[in-house]
Amino acid sequence: MTSTTTTSEELAREVAARVTDPEMPMLTLADLGVLRDVRVEDDAEGDRVTVWITPTYSGCPAMATMRDDLVHDLRQAGFADVVVRVRLQPAWSSDWVSERGRQALAVHGLSAPGPVPRHEGPVPLSLLPTRRAVTCPRCGSADGELTSEFGPTACTALYRCTACLEPYLHMKEI
Amino acid sequence: MADLHDANPAHEQGSVYDGLLDPGTVDGHWAFGTSFEDPLAGVDTTVPEGVDAGELASYCLMLGDDALVLSQRLTEWCSNAPDLEEDIAVANIALDLLGQARLLLARAAAADESVVPALPDGSPVPPEDALAYFRDEPAFRNVRLVEAPNGDFALTITRLFLFACWRLALLGRLATSSDQVLAAVAAKGVKEVTYHRDYAARWLVTLAQGTEESRRRTEAALATVWPAVGELFATHDVEERMAAAGVGVDPASVHEEVDEVVDHVFATAGIERPGVPAMSGVRGRAGRDGLHTEALGHLLAEMQSVARAHPMGVW
Repeated sequence: MTSTTTTSEELAREVAARVTDPEMPMLTLADLGVLRDVRVEDDAEGDRVTVWITPTYSGCPAMATMRDDLVHDLRQAGFADVVVRVRLQPAWSSDWVSERGRQALAVHGLSAPGPVPRHEGPVPLSLLPTRRAVTCPRCGSADGELTSEFGPTACTALYRCTACLEPYLHMKEI
Repeated sequence: MADLHDANPAHEQGSVYDGLLDPGTVDGHWAFGTSFEDPLAGVDTTVPEGVDAGELASYCLMLGDDALVLSQRLTEWCSNAPDLEEDIAVANIALDLLGQARLLLARAAAADESVVPALPDGSPVPPEDALAYFRDEPAFRNVRLVEAPNGDFALTITRLFLFACWRLALLGRLATSSDQVLAAVAAKGVKEVTYHRDYAARWLVTLAQGTEESRRRTEAALATVWPAVGELFATHDVEERMAAAGVGVDPASVHEEVDEVVDHVFATAGIERPGVPAMSGVRGRAGRDGLHTEALGHLLAEMQSVARAHPMGVW
């Protein structure tokens, strides 16, 4: 088994980077930070593509679909042998969402995650609603109230703009 | 009638549902192909040197069963919670715990496949599903706190709060486990359970400081749940040995850290630790030994019946 030409790996990377998240299709897996690595090796059978992905949440129900989409699109691009592997460490963080991903979220009415809070020692308890810098994707107001920390997908919280009253989703810091 | 005729998939123009029948099309993957695959695909599951594989598997089952059984209980709130937001919140928490359970049960099976129940030859059921759906009650290693019925919303919140405080402290220490899989699952779990604990703590204060009725229910819930709390900090032999090996966490070692959080929230809520005795085991055996209350049998019957009826089923 030898390392293959860069062009083949570049193509595989490009194809994998275009695959979108099944629940938030405005984001690619690369924008979301789920796509960790793409490698191509050639052996006697031909090129083998290995893709590493990291789940956003332990119970993320979209993982199987992401895998299928990666395999499907890479096969369409001519790679017959595609393997998708899970990388659990380091754990996914919303800090990994790319700048382009954050803009795409805003364009589609979702508020992008702020920086993940850091702490030393035991995790501090928070009895008051989490303070976040949010921006209403509709009117741009920074005045929003938290409706629930748990939204329609594992990675979102529910907010309501107190200026224009529009409800919206905020991608949670994790 | 022409429209109806056109909607027939056998018709040459086909119908909107055709995509579901062809796994090769872009739309097809939503109906087919999202089959369960190994959640640890590509993850190094080598058992750390000097660690007993069977005991590591038992330890993973303990942590995994805690999450699985509470997830199943929380799921019972789907479409029954006090309002839509809580319905979604509780379902989200259940999903996080289910994800943790799946990884932990898969890790148990990868460490020692002899813990996985035997299924008919050719059964497509993956090991973590076999562990969840085909083990009998005495093989479940969860603490008894998680198996009790949900009761009302106050009881669900009170139990979730105590569980999340305990699990967050455990996972925080487990993140430095010498077992790489456990360390990764724990590091991820810390982020998730932080949200669960905040959610339950806020609700506990709200209910205790709410109306006379909500306070009465919260106090009653605490008195009901409290007897099962002592077991959370009782060290089982397997936990003791796994902690000594640098793989696991001795639950007794997180007692103080958990107490601090619990006392802080109780003080804010204006409630006190109930003076009720701890639930006893039988000849020193409790949930970690597979000795459970009647509630677990009923829960498993509901959770497992469909899978057990179709051991060759593809879902």
